[in-house]
Amino acid sequence: MKSALRRILTESARLDVPADTLADNADLYAAGLSSLATVHLMLAIEDEFNIEIPDRMLTRRLFSSIDTLAAAVTELQQAQAAA
Amino acid sequence: MNSPTEGVALAKPDDAVAANVNAAVTAAQIVEEVRQASTEPAWLSAARRVTQVAAEHAAAVDREARFPVEAFEAMRRERLLSAMIPAHFGGAGLTLAETARVCETLAHGCSSTAMIYAMHQIQIACIVEHGSAIAWQREFLKRIIDEQWLLASATSEDMIGGNMRTSACAVDLVDGAFHIEKLAPTISYGAHADGILVTARRHREASASDQVLIVAPCDSLTLELRAGWDALGMRGTCSESFRLVAQGRAEQILPVPFAQISDQTMLPVSHMLWAAVWIGIASDAVNRAHQFFRIQARGKPGVLPPSAARLAETVALLRMMQARLKAALDTAAVASEERSSGASLDAACIDAPLGASMTLASDMNTLKLSISTSAIQVVQDTLMICGMAGYKNNTDFSVGRHLRDLFSAPLMISNDRIELNTANLLLAQRTPATGRI
Repeated sequence: MKSALRRILTESARLDVPADTLADNADLYAAGLSSLATVHLMLAIEDEFNIEIPDRMLTRRLFSSIDTLAAAVTELQQAQAAA
Repeated sequence: MNSPTEGVALAKPDDAVAANVNAAVTAAQIVEEVRQASTEPAWLSAARRVTQVAAEHAAAVDREARFPVEAFEAMRRERLLSAMIPAHFGGAGLTLAETARVCETLAHGCSSTAMIYAMHQIQIACIVEHGSAIAWQREFLKRIIDEQWLLASATSEDMIGGNMRTSACAVDLVDGAFHIEKLAPTISYGAHADGILVTARRHREASASDQVLIVAPCDSLTLELRAGWDALGMRGTCSESFRLVAQGRAEQILPVPFAQISDQTMLPVSHMLWAAVWIGIASDAVNRAHQFFRIQARGKPGVLPPSAARLAETVALLRMMQARLKAALDTAAVASEERSSGASLDAACIDAPLGASMTLASDMNTLKLSISTSAIQVVQDTLMICGMAGYKNNTDFSVGRHLRDLFSAPLMISNDRIELNTANLLLAQRTPATGRI
């Protein structure tokens, strides 16, 4: 999942540094993630993992690292599977 | 082409009737002014007095592309420059809506004066909302009040262009002292300001979007003029190009990331106060068209001039623009109230919902898009109503300067850029973005 997230980051997030060089817990905002880029990142993640990120989860924390994004995707996929 | 008097005379053959009409109009204006003076707050009366001064020199300011010195002398005399600083810091504590009213009023007299005033208040708002926890910044606010200082802003940069959310230059911080150099393509009224707020990358290694905002009083900076300002309109803003060098202490750097200052304060306040200025410019043009229309109609009683329907449409559109701004001011007041009362999480908080700030941002964007374009439309219509008397400079019905000044509106943060940005924000919103009454 994290490699897919790295690919999405490379394609949609327009970071100042290559996503491949980022640690899982590296601060994405410090790497140049803009608020506009978060919108495209969100849409790409929803499309890739076939989930819908609810408004309550749409916070700076969600986009703060590859770890937090992966945790959110896992949580939503599990919720979907349980439903 | 006709001279000003001929242009009007075409519409009203009887000069004696016109003189009577003018006298009646003047008398009505005096009555209205007295009525307003007895009910209106002191800050608004002060704004009207400054507007009077600004109007007297507006043509010269425009012709010579010079700073509106007289209007700003009057402004300092009336202590309007510190009007929006909260009372607990020693200012007059005007709300944003009241400040917008001042901007609108000033724009009736001189667009450049009003725009400079608006841009100054935007800088004040940034310091008040994001710097007032720091002693140096509070002291700076006090200096603004005592000395009636004028603040400018240096956000654009060579090679970066108009995208103020990225910087090339960086802060050099050594032992609590900073140094910064910036090539700024425009610093409006930079040469006339007592302090400049400058964006820069946080440090040498920071990414282009990792910015801070630095408060640099005049005595800590040098400006080297690189290019002058000979523009289509807003000629009194003297938006010249400079090389800026500033140094000072770390406390001059606002402690909050510029991304947050921009989202919460600089952009919303800019869009609302600019809109107030543009509405003020358009209102003055509509007043001119209205007067022209009445004189024209009195010349031929019983027959409406061909422009009659256009005047009604223009007034209707202007009223709609005012209502749109009022709605935005109300929205912003609620958001700011919620922030200060702690009812909503601070947007800086990592768990604050991004949806709310995106909704506010797209609301402010659409405000800017609609007011900047409809103000031009309104003034174009007033030109049709006033005809040659409106097209010629220096008649009572000239609207050429209004039109030239307003052509800057879609460019101040390009509407093309704002449209794309808004569309992006709408992508993120699942709930309808259509608002409600």
